[in-house]
Amino acid sequence: MKWNNASEFFAMGGYGLYVWGSYAVALLLMVVEPVLARRRHRQALHDAAEGSAHGSKT
Amino acid sequence: MNTPTKPPTAPLRLYTFAAPSRFYALTGALLPWLWAITLLLTAAGLYMGFFVAPTDATQGDAYRIIFIHVPAAWMTMLLYMVLAFWACIGWAFNARLASMLARAIAPTGAMFAFLALWTGAFWGRPTWGAWWVWDARLTSTLILFFLYLGYIALVNAIDDVRRADQAGALLALVGSINVPIIYFSVKWWNTLHQGATISFKQAPTMAATMLIAMLIMTFAFWAYAFAVVFMRVRAVVLEREAHTAWVDELTKGTRTP
Repeated sequence: MKWNNASEFFAMGGYGLYVWGSYAVALLLMVVEPVLARRRHRQALHDAAEGSAHGSKT
Repeated sequence: MNTPTKPPTAPLRLYTFAAPSRFYALTGALLPWLWAITLLLTAAGLYMGFFVAPTDATQGDAYRIIFIHVPAAWMTMLLYMVLAFWACIGWAFNARLASMLARAIAPTGAMFAFLALWTGAFWGRPTWGAWWVWDARLTSTLILFFLYLGYIALVNAIDDVRRADQAGALLALVGSINVPIIYFSVKWWNTLHQGATISFKQAPTMAATMLIAMLIMTFAFWAYAFAVVFMRVRAVVLEREAHTAWVDELTKGTRTP
């Protein structure tokens, strides 16, 4: 391993802003996207249940 | 009495999963495994990328952006081709599920296009001295991002769902010409962007550990794309198949996929 301590790791040889700026956005997007997809699925299940409940009344 | 009778199961063919109800159940069963694979591969790829791969001789540690930049760029090109393929299948054979799949892919492809551009900017600044240049590869990737957004806007703008699918398929088909342009842009034009890191014609020009880390991250993004697209397509299936008997059974709890 080339890193002697944590601060050296986070500095990334002076490129910390660029490396972590890239990885932070990747992490953010790839956490938010599945959360939104899950929410959409839950909403679709909810709407389908409502629709069938209304349908059975008539 | 003793003769064993086979249960009357329908033969399992590929078409079996073209039924939205079957596909919904299948993807539901696959999802936990896909997420587990995504997490494992990401952990392995990041460990290789940050703790095993050496510092680059010319670019220092800035090059470590490659472990997400290249996989994101590959995935956005691949996903566009997959989107165009399923959109056209859905159009040509009037296959509903194929069109739903195309719609579910679009946001993920757009996300990867944005990620490729963003990480490219954060890599270009320290190595080229510019966040952005109007270079052939960068510009064609930006066009790909807009093609994804255009597809999403178009299919949502038309109320008739199947007509929207058809219009989207046409846009996806025409736009797919852009993917080979992106791929070969570094060969056809004099660009600032470096050439292909790995090709089939010659040995890779990077250290083996760097290459392995990048490939592991590519498979991680691949698994992620499958997982998140399946999550979204399950939502799309429910939205479109509401009022059908199987969705009715599903919401009432009498069906268990």
